[in-house]
Amino acid sequence: MGELQFLTWVRGSGLNLALTIFVVGVLWRLIEIYGLGRKKDLSASRSTPGASGWATILRRSLPPPGMLPASPVSYIGGYVFHVGLAVVVFLFAPHIALLTSIAGVVWPALPSQVVDFVTVVTMAAMIAVLVDRLFKPVKRFLSTFGDWFTWTLTFLPLLTGWLAVHHLLLPYTLMLAVHILSVELLLVFLPFTKLFHAFTVFGSRWFNGAVNGHKGVPV
Amino acid sequence: MDLLEYRATRTKTVGEALEQHGIDRRDFLKLCAAMATLLALPASAAEQLAVALAKARRPSVIWLSFQECTGCTESLTRSHSPSLESLIFDMISLDYHHTLQAASGEAAEAAREAAMKENAGKYLVAVDGSVPMGNPGYSTIAGVANIDVLRETAKDAAAILAVGTCAAYGGLPAAQPNPTGAVAISELIKDKPVVNIPGCPPIPTVITGVIAHYLAFGALPELDALGRPKAFYGETIHDRCYRRPFYDQGKFAETFDDEGARRGWCLFKLGCKGPVTYNACATMKWNGGVSFPIQSGHGCIGCSEPNFWDAGGFYEALSMPAHPLKVGAAAAAAGVAAGAAVTFFNRKKKGAAKAGHETTTLEDLER
Amino acid sequence: MSASLDKGVRVLKEMIDAPIASYFSSCVHCGICAEACLFYTETGDPKYTPIHKLEPMRRIYQQEYTLLGRLAKMVGLSKSVTDEELAEWQELVYNSCTLCGRCSAVCPVGNDIVYMVRKMREGMSAAGHAPEGIKGAVTRTINIGSPMGVKLPAVKAQMKHIEADTGIAIPLDQEGVEYMVTLSSMEIINFPEYLGAIAKVMRHVGRTWTLSSEAFEATNAGMQIGNSDLARVIVSRVVAGAEKLKVKTVISPECGHAYTALRWEGANLIGRPFTFKVQHIVETLEEFRAAGLLKLEGMETDRLSFHDPCQLARRGGVIQPQRNLMKMVAKDFVEMPDAGYMNWCCGGGGGASSIEEGEELRLEAFKRKKRQLDAVKPDRLVTACANCRIVLEEGLEHYKMNLPVVGLTETIAEHIPDPE
Repeated sequence: MGELQFLTWVRGSGLNLALTIFVVGVLWRLIEIYGLGRKKDLSASRSTPGASGWATILRRSLPPPGMLPASPVSYIGGYVFHVGLAVVVFLFAPHIALLTSIAGVVWPALPSQVVDFVTVVTMAAMIAVLVDRLFKPVKRFLSTFGDWFTWTLTFLPLLTGWLAVHHLLLPYTLMLAVHILSVELLLVFLPFTKLFHAFTVFGSRWFNGAVNGHKGVPV
Repeated sequence: MDLLEYRATRTKTVGEALEQHGIDRRDFLKLCAAMATLLALPASAAEQLAVALAKARRPSVIWLSFQECTGCTESLTRSHSPSLESLIFDMISLDYHHTLQAASGEAAEAAREAAMKENAGKYLVAVDGSVPMGNPGYSTIAGVANIDVLRETAKDAAAILAVGTCAAYGGLPAAQPNPTGAVAISELIKDKPVVNIPGCPPIPTVITGVIAHYLAFGALPELDALGRPKAFYGETIHDRCYRRPFYDQGKFAETFDDEGARRGWCLFKLGCKGPVTYNACATMKWNGGVSFPIQSGHGCIGCSEPNFWDAGGFYEALSMPAHPLKVGAAAAAAGVAAGAAVTFFNRKKKGAAKAGHETTTLEDLER
Repeated sequence: MSASLDKGVRVLKEMIDAPIASYFSSCVHCGICAEACLFYTETGDPKYTPIHKLEPMRRIYQQEYTLLGRLAKMVGLSKSVTDEELAEWQELVYNSCTLCGRCSAVCPVGNDIVYMVRKMREGMSAAGHAPEGIKGAVTRTINIGSPMGVKLPAVKAQMKHIEADTGIAIPLDQEGVEYMVTLSSMEIINFPEYLGAIAKVMRHVGRTWTLSSEAFEATNAGMQIGNSDLARVIVSRVVAGAEKLKVKTVISPECGHAYTALRWEGANLIGRPFTFKVQHIVETLEEFRAAGLLKLEGMETDRLSFHDPCQLARRGGVIQPQRNLMKMVAKDFVEMPDAGYMNWCCGGGGGASSIEEGEELRLEAFKRKKRQLDAVKPDRLVTACANCRIVLEEGLEHYKMNLPVVGLTETIAEHIPDPE
């Protein structure tokens, strides 16, 4: 298979396949998880402003008082790479073109050089959290194959995209194809690994917030 | 020109032929300088080139046309520095070419055979068009299948030039579902050097440039992994495009008639394949260096890349799906069905666990 | 004598619900919950990471309720939970967890880890892997009526003492009064001043109240061991008592988990909403304060700080009232770092204080409380949980810190003027 053929495959059949698995996986997993249901709480509720599932979905994005110094790499590294990923995925013109072709909505892009800089920062943050995982006893202790695997799945699209833009390592066409393939792998595995937190984080925060909101505790 | 005179012309050196056509040394040096630039040689090489060229014996070139559209020849006729005339009359001896030769029928075939015989082992074969391997009857010359003509002609050739994307990679005839079983020349000729000069059509100066290189240095130019001369196919259109700064700034034409298009912004979103197309269009340009597709407002379609013909819509950006996505209701339905099925069994299992609940007493805390 | 692995697994299958599935699916192994857990911060041992305490439950969830987990188990990629494993986890699920809920408060993806530990204990107790200490407390509560073996005569004896001390009659089994006051056995045995303080407060504000001879004990070791059937038996006594006396409100004593058992778990345990209100005594006092009923005199002049019981504050939502009350009587009230919602546990909640073999770990974990106290150096520490009080006293003694610990209700009651 030639480079352009490979690129065409990942832009065509490969993308179709990956998106199909992604859509099937996400819906299946969401129903599998939330279909288990839960019991109604019979205790009398006490309402307090700001104590609800919805409030927690938002509030949990900030570190609780005193927690930042306890795990600075997780927090700062985590913020940088999550925000960085969002910027790179959603504000790079070629990516917007893709999303527009799927969703039909257009929004302005950042200059490519800015996205390039953000990519480097994001990769640096991801390396920092990886090093933290390697050397911080708790993280090391908790880590399983899945943690290393999903880190790699997340890092590869950044790295290959950056390499492609800078014409490093492989010819652009091939690197672009590898980049798209790496994103497809990410899509394929997302519903079945801890990466699924991208979806369940909202449910989890909501449940936690709702249980506590019932008690009037703004968590 | 009778046959005798023609034969005499063919055996002349380039220098003698130039002299005969009244081209003076100044013009000749100008030509050499132009070619040196073309081949990405240092300026000092022009002099060496001139010396080498003047002494070079004009090679015999046999041009074979198979499943093609004659676009490559049309391109060749628009060559400048060297022009087609100087190429044909001064630098090579074009002994067989359907479109350009005066002879026809048996006389034409006789000329090919004569040239092959006289220059065995030294002549060049230029091919445009792909060869149908599905059924030889799809394309024949004088009743002979393309593949047979190719094999016969290539047998004693010094090298083959696969001119155009069809000859180089199969081209449009090979587009899905490839009804004729079209294949590239390099897939059929394995025992001779094959130079791919892709493009639909290739830049004329690139065709003549490769021949000039062969003439001057007696060897083929350095090729890349796809058999292309590195001098012309070393960089992407995108990297040498004058609109590249707009790409970097994130300024894109969204339609062919918007403000961005008028201002000459990047055509990436309109499907330009410049980033994945290795060719010299952005630097050498066309029509004597006047313009090239992007300059005239249309994105590159990647015509010199293998499989460009099946690489999705010309107007879909590279980051967009090559074909309309086929992920739809069926995938969603399958996901919901899978989730519902698992949930059904989960609930059954949980129900059974509940039903099996025996009220714990204090004794039940002990094993 | 029927606890078994099978039973434990069955119970866990019964317990696992959508929130738990969502939580396990969301965990990214960031380890931030460890930083919130005093058993990790004070020992540095990663095995005390809260989410790790649920590992057997996570595997059961995956193997039983996810398609891929089932497949993984079938092909041997995922191993079944064993009895040995659960035995190993006993220390993690009981000794090193006080159900304080700090982990649930910090988890970035929002996992309510303590919600899961509570349910994990259902399976652990059904599998026979609950600590002897808590089992003993449950047995005494079910058989005798209180975890410390206190019976009605002991309560009556204390009532007599208090009546003699305060000159106020302690009502017992009075129907139709407003409040039914419940106690924890620690208050009956160790801190009888609590009951005296209640008597003074009620007389001061002019509200009717009573104790119940059938429902004086509010603590619920069944909830601590994590067994809903036994917890139901215990909480039903309070419900029956309150409904028999037709009171409007049941006051939970200065005891954190008794409050959780009555206020939040009770209705769910008996399977119907309560017909009465449940309040922690701090909430009752706050209501009196807000209504202007508390007319106190004098102020404490020494430096006071307040230790928030986890079940009252973080898990119960009562955070500001105790501060309002403290400010009525304390001139020099100082807050410890992380006080209030993020306060650190005394180290003995959730039944941990009744686990003998957990004492060393508990005292190790107390270093966190010690640091908190050292930061503000109070002269006296006020709290609103008898269990916290006992655990704090033990820790303070171990670290040779001279710091009296007192209850909030008695501190308030001391400033109630004598009636004319």
